Amino acid sequence: MLFKKKLTSVLLASTLAAGFLAGCGGESAGGGSKDDVIKIGANLELSGPVASYGQGIAEGIDLAVEEINEAGGIDGKDIKIVKVDNKSDGPEATNAAIKLTENDQVTAIIGSATSGNTVAQAQVANGAETILLSPSGTSPNVTINEDGSLNEFVFRTSFIDPFQGTVAANFAAGDLGVKNVAIFADNASDYAKGLAASFKETFEGAGGKVVAEESYVAKDTDFRSTLTRIKSANPEFIFIPGYYEEVGLIVKQAREMGIDVPLMGADGWDSPKLVELAGADALNNTFITNHYSSGDPDEKIQSFVKKFGEKYDGKSPDAFNALGYDSVYLLKDAMERAGDTSDASKIKDALAETKDLSLVTGIVTVDEDHNPIKSATVLEYKDGEQVFKSKVNP
Amino acid sequence: MEWVQQIVNGISLGSIYALIALGYTMVYGIIKLINFAHGEVFMIGAFVGFYSIAGWGFGFFPALLLAMTVCAIMGMVIERVAYRRLRNATRIAALITAIGISLFIQYLVIYFRGAQPEAYPNVLSNKTFDFFGAQISSQSVMILSTSIVLMLLLQFIVHKTKVGKAMRAVSHDMDAARLMGINVNTTISATFAIGSSLAGAAGVFFGVYYTKIEPLMGVIPGLKAFVAAVLGGIGIIPGAMVGGLVLGLVETVVSAFGYSLWRDAAAFIILILILLFKPSGIFGKNAREKV
Repeated sequence: MLFKKKLTSVLLASTLAAGFLAGCGGESAGGGSKDDVIKIGANLELSGPVASYGQGIAEGIDLAVEEINEAGGIDGKDIKIVKVDNKSDGPEATNAAIKLTENDQVTAIIGSATSGNTVAQAQVANGAETILLSPSGTSPNVTINEDGSLNEFVFRTSFIDPFQGTVAANFAAGDLGVKNVAIFADNASDYAKGLAASFKETFEGAGGKVVAEESYVAKDTDFRSTLTRIKSANPEFIFIPGYYEEVGLIVKQAREMGIDVPLMGADGWDSPKLVELAGADALNNTFITNHYSSGDPDEKIQSFVKKFGEKYDGKSPDAFNALGYDSVYLLKDAMERAGDTSDASKIKDALAETKDLSLVTGIVTVDEDHNPIKSATVLEYKDGEQVFKSKVNP
Repeated sequence: MEWVQQIVNGISLGSIYALIALGYTMVYGIIKLINFAHGEVFMIGAFVGFYSIAGWGFGFFPALLLAMTVCAIMGMVIERVAYRRLRNATRIAALITAIGISLFIQYLVIYFRGAQPEAYPNVLSNKTFDFFGAQISSQSVMILSTSIVLMLLLQFIVHKTKVGKAMRAVSHDMDAARLMGINVNTTISATFAIGSSLAGAAGVFFGVYYTKIEPLMGVIPGLKAFVAAVLGGIGIIPGAMVGGLVLGLVETVVSAFGYSLWRDAAAFIILILILLFKPSGIFGKNAREKV
């Protein structure tokens, strides 16, 4: 460790000689002087197919950083965010992580929005001993490697996929009181399969019965024949984990065929395109689980909604905004408890010990797999709008 | 009454395959080329329909006519630019060019508007009514009847008009037709125009029926329609219609038995079986190979 630090300062000195990185002097690696800043990288999807996720997170981060710096920063140091666009692409995310750890010498990286792009930089972050905090990567393998080992420096702010299946099952069995359900899942995505499995387990555990289990493959457009099959099994409720592109069509076609029962999905439904594809009428009596709702009457959430609206011309914050915002506060809390703003291994230990931290997206306790245990929100579509329905605790 | 519903589902899907398959089969019948850019003409038709409905407030039929016209012109342009010079080249050269054109059109559209999907506006009022226990939407009835009208119109053009006569003659023997004073280039252009306009119509139907359109939407329906054309007997017009409907029904039946994940596989297994056991297709005669 000591040797490594020496090596880092030698490296830093040589880069300094090249007239590079003049602001981040050699001392900051040692312990820090009073006037320096806490550099946090943001490796986000600012362009490309899922740009709306990355941009949403960036807005949330900016608001949180502004608040913290106005209130005097952490340990008297201001936070400085270094944003890099990974163009919604895995290899670009890896490159961006290398740039952030080597050129910018950040203490932590927030990102990326998708699980795939986060996994793409996990190795870089572990190797450079830099904290990687994914705001919205929900796949279990973000923090756990395929061989079951833990990614020591990788954390996340969101809950993991299977949890949403559990919440949906509890909601169906409890709030809706249904007994016979059908599952219609995207067989091409681990996300959907994970949700379907955890839904089934919890629902059957609660005494319910799965009367039909069907799958589709992403990019399908015709679901009528499978829906006909589901309909003849007479379910009282259909769970459809998947992404909005197909779900929009499934909901539309199901309603056209006279399937009037409640339909439910997870955060993969959350897109304005869903309403366009399915139509507002067809979406009535459908539910989703999500990280957060701006309609939640909770005081902390309402104050966040207000502050966010003031900064961004009255815009109502979505889940990505909230998760980006919370990611900064999660790091802040860990840095304060670690009593150090630059030693990533101390901050990492503090992050892993996070307990009952109250954030906008719920009260967070980090478990041994670096996954936060927190509440999920159930939303209902009413005339094309998401309305807060209830909050489900783990 | 699950089965009545499944048959209705299958016919709706099959009639869209049939419309696309007609273009494949007509072009193959006349110049022995599998026009792989045909699925992209279908996609362009869907987008022309979308922009004319959502952007300029067209109704269903004006949008359909516009899409068919634009696609007819596009088909002629593709033939003129890409295929005409290759008419006497090897078949594989023309085939590779067709794949190139197909990719070119896909990515040109992505370049100009991005890859994100678009939701088709509701132009046809959609009421569902009960038919022997099956739920049938007025949309699918409208689509089915319009495609039947278009297919009848095609039969009329091919069998009762001068252009149709010329098409059949060129298909039978290009050189002899030329000696008889038939303008082969014009006839081939007309074939591309008619086939492409049907694909354009199918594009609009697809958009209305399935709502979601995107730049790569032509790939899978294009391949399925190719299977349908081969199934019916490539180059034979009634074969394409029957092939399309049969394929739609087969896919639906496969899903109805709970094997929805095998649906695409079923379509391509049919292709392999047909090519192994009856390459000339359901309607094909075991004719002598011309080339």
